[in-house]
Amino acid sequence: MTAVRVFGVCAALAVGLGLYGLITNPQPLRKIIAFNILGSGVFLLFGVIGRHGAAAGVGNDPVPQALVITGVVVAFAATALAIALLLQLFQRTGSATLCNDAPRSAGPDPPGG
Amino acid sequence: MSVSTIFEIVLAAVVLGLGIWTTAVRDTYSATVGFVVYGLLVALIWVRLDAVDVALTEAAISGGLGGVLLLGAAARLQDAKFMAADTPGKLACVSAAALSLLAVAALMVAVFLLPDSASTLAPAVVANAWTTGLTNPVTNVLMAFRAMDTMLEKVVLLLALVGVWSLAPDGAWGGHPGPRHQADANGVLVFLARLLPPIGMIVGIYIFWTGADHPGGAFQGGAILASMWLLAIMAGLTDTPPVNSQRLRLLLIAGPGLFLAVGLGGFWSGAAFLSYSPTLAKPLILGIEIAMIVTITTTLALLLAGTPERSAQQ
Repeated sequence: MTAVRVFGVCAALAVGLGLYGLITNPQPLRKIIAFNILGSGVFLLFGVIGRHGAAAGVGNDPVPQALVITGVVVAFAATALAIALLLQLFQRTGSATLCNDAPRSAGPDPPGG
Repeated sequence: MSVSTIFEIVLAAVVLGLGIWTTAVRDTYSATVGFVVYGLLVALIWVRLDAVDVALTEAAISGGLGGVLLLGAAARLQDAKFMAADTPGKLACVSAAALSLLAVAALMVAVFLLPDSASTLAPAVVANAWTTGLTNPVTNVLMAFRAMDTMLEKVVLLLALVGVWSLAPDGAWGGHPGPRHQADANGVLVFLARLLPPIGMIVGIYIFWTGADHPGGAFQGGAILASMWLLAIMAGLTDTPPVNSQRLRLLLIAGPGLFLAVGLGGFWSGAAFLSYSPTLAKPLILGIEIAMIVTITTTLALLLAGTPERSAQQ
């Protein structure tokens, strides 16, 4: 099962990449994209572990598959809400930034999910 | 090393390369395009993992609809001022990199130390497939064995939509989401918006219908139907409905409403909440799925259309 190893490494790196982008990139839209990369890495880990659990003629454990399908749709809904908030912020203040005179306060808190 | 292993390594490398580019590139619009391609290639990884249902969802929702959402936002935010003061310092970047590497290392250890005798629910799912009459194991899990997740997920979608709508300014409260699109009546977009929806609707309904026994289902089919509706909206052939319309709201609650009603019916017929009796399981699941695809199509399209911007009278 080399696929499990190869894509397992890929999924772990995607999680790291998303986490790094989420913390260091100052633009909100880029944070949203980074959060999605992080999410896709987590979903892939589900897929890798489900592939490892292939049995009974099913190539990938159907329970994690169903959870990921639910997760992808919920991630899309959360992204849509985040983008709606961001567009409103831009429309009302004319700038799309999370910094309001206390630049460091916005930095360290985004992970959370 | 077999050919398929080489293919897998190349695919993983390309996906990671796109991920790095998406994170590092300066221009936000390029990052968005990078993410769309990334999402489509991740769908290929899902195919290699033998999870075609997830691959379809990933391609249709993350790559397709998510791409349109992000590209639209990037285009509207192009004039946004970029504040250099927001950029974190060197120390913050180094600590973030260290934290990320730590997370990567922990996950890799977990992947490499997976036990040989995997714990899996696949045999249980296959053994109980007769209770629903459907043969696609993923649809069985979604619609019967873990139906509670799917029902609550519909509710999450509705809550997200309520959140998006509630950002509307006073003047546009209950009005039409997004701008009124106009396109050249003889242009390519209008031509495609007339040509593609009939084909796309057949594909979407087929993917939904075949989900009972083959990869596919209400999410994947709903995403395709939603994109066809959005294509017609973007070409200016039709307008987004005002969000205070009663008919629209009825469509939005049809899926979770019927799901909840059938779930409560489970108490009446005997066993438990969301239990189906084996003789009625297939028609009940099919009924829920038909109501659900209507709700999913409407919700996904309206989430993409965004916050109401014009009053209902216009």
